[in-house]
Amino acid sequence: MTSLLQVQDLVKYYASSGLFRGGDPPVRAVDGVSFEVMRGETLALVGESGCGKSSVGRTVIRLQEPTSGRVVFEDNDVFALDRKSLRRLRRRMQIIFQDPYSSLNPRMTVGAAIAEGIEIHRLAVGAEIGRRVGALLEEVGLDPGYARRYPHEFSGGQRQRIGIARALAVEPSFIVCDEPVSALDVSVQAQVLNLLADLQRDRGLAYLFIAHDLAVVRQIARRVAVMYLGRIVESGPTEPLLSNPRHPYTVALRSAVPEPDPGRKHARIVLSGDLPSPSKPPPGCPFHTRCWHPARDERCRIEVPLLRPVEETFAACHYAELTPAAEALAEA
Amino acid sequence: MGRWLLRRTAQAIATLVLTIVLLFFLSHVLPGDPLSRLGEGRPLTAAETETLRARYGLDRPLRSQLGSFLAGLARGDLGTSIEYGRPVSALIAERLPATLLLGGTVLLLNFTVGLWLGVRQAVRRGSAEDRWLTTLSLVGYATPSFWLGLVLAWLVGVEWRLLPAAGMRDPLVDGGILAGTADVLRHLVLPALTLSVVSIAGTMRYQRDAMLDTLRLPYIVTARAKGLSPARVTWRHAWRNALFPVLTLFGLWLPVLVTGSVFVESVFAWPGLGSLAAAAVGNRDYPLLMGASVLVAVIVVLANLLTDLAYATLDPRVRLT
Repeated sequence: MTSLLQVQDLVKYYASSGLFRGGDPPVRAVDGVSFEVMRGETLALVGESGCGKSSVGRTVIRLQEPTSGRVVFEDNDVFALDRKSLRRLRRRMQIIFQDPYSSLNPRMTVGAAIAEGIEIHRLAVGAEIGRRVGALLEEVGLDPGYARRYPHEFSGGQRQRIGIARALAVEPSFIVCDEPVSALDVSVQAQVLNLLADLQRDRGLAYLFIAHDLAVVRQIARRVAVMYLGRIVESGPTEPLLSNPRHPYTVALRSAVPEPDPGRKHARIVLSGDLPSPSKPPPGCPFHTRCWHPARDERCRIEVPLLRPVEETFAACHYAELTPAAEALAEA
Repeated sequence: MGRWLLRRTAQAIATLVLTIVLLFFLSHVLPGDPLSRLGEGRPLTAAETETLRARYGLDRPLRSQLGSFLAGLARGDLGTSIEYGRPVSALIAERLPATLLLGGTVLLLNFTVGLWLGVRQAVRRGSAEDRWLTTLSLVGYATPSFWLGLVLAWLVGVEWRLLPAAGMRDPLVDGGILAGTADVLRHLVLPALTLSVVSIAGTMRYQRDAMLDTLRLPYIVTARAKGLSPARVTWRHAWRNALFPVLTLFGLWLPVLVTGSVFVESVFAWPGLGSLAAAAVGNRDYPLLMGASVLVAVIVVLANLLTDLAYATLDPRVRLT
């Protein structure tokens, strides 16, 4: 597998603004994140709301300007491109959003929304455009005749399919999926996930799949990166990361996933306190204010743990080797 | 659509009749009557008063006066002005073009400049330009138009002698259509500017907010992600959707602009409906007052109807049933 996207030390701060907040420290939404996405694979980015995962998604495809860092996509230095080259590159990297209602322009027919990208990038002309729109609708499991209808005539699941067709229209190799199924019913979720998997197989697409639900991640991703307060705290192949998490935050997230087998022992770790303010992250390990790790100590308050290989994953915890398994906690 | 129009028309007529009846009683509740000023310096004798009251039908009970007014209205007859002794409809028809010219100009400026500035501000939100325009629009919105009119008339018209400060035509200018048109346009500048400042300021604020709300939505981000040019994203994707809240504003502005601003017309001696109606109130010229009121009521109802129709045409989610 060849590398498609490399992200190095991505930082995105939002300056606080407003009459009375001008002097406040900036919000550190993304604070030094690095990862890589291979052609045709799915990397899941997981974390609770406010951890910066959506900011990562938008910044790597430069819908937002980064504070610093470097992103290389298909051998292009994304942040160094001028406006014109960037617009040309846009068609190779697309995005799908969570809310299927506000992600479609209410005043454009479905066909017009899908066709726009094809026209702008001159991927087809004349009657060929209409044929492509029909084919795209069919590819996402919709009737080609829907092209003449408006978004409000569709259900949430159908709208998400339209959003996917719109993204596919410009023939991308990479799609940022920003919680694409979080707003859908569970049964519809599965259908959309299957559609994404089919499209990946047929078109060789790579996804950066942003989610807060590990059950969904298990279904779609080959690798996972867990984010907390703007940093990646653990990453690795999906299976070992979920079955044997090494970072106490991952263990807590993992314990929140419902267990289908009622006979299995299962401890639920409920983190105390709120997510610290990303404009004043705690010193040392960003997680130490909510950590439940039995070995946590003074060192965690002072020294920032780096992402390092621990067993089968990479974890940013000083005591990753000592992290107990969730099952062990249940028995205790 | 057909049925909707039928039902809305029936509703509009009912609204109009109710409004007119209410206005009729309200205008007659005003203290004083039209005859008090007819004496030309000497008090009218009792006999003269009686004759005049009978001539204008003022001696009959109010209900019966209302009846004949409504009957006349149904035939398209607004009655005869007591002050001018001429048909009300003729008086209004004389004044209407001046008012439409002024109101139309202001509406046009509002729709173009106001919307454009509002969109610009939203796109450049937080910039120095945005902050300046915000300050300017707040100042403009807070400025009383009669005061601004007086200042402009004095400064531009009297002190600097750049533009005429009163009236609509210069009697000394004659000749071809071109010279006449240029003369009217010169007279139009100050009153139109005065009225535009407030209306543009309001439109800018509305348009900026509506635009900011729209620019936040994911479909704007996906439009940018498609690789569209910023102008296309702004106008084709965002502005088309940010137009709706402002459309409502126009429904509310339209009557004000068509009837003209009483103050501004008085300041600039603009021969429009506003000053006519203001004079009618002062003279207790009931027929003229009612004529002007009916016109305003009709315009308000029509403006609302038009706004709804515009919504239905522009927004595919709105169906008229």
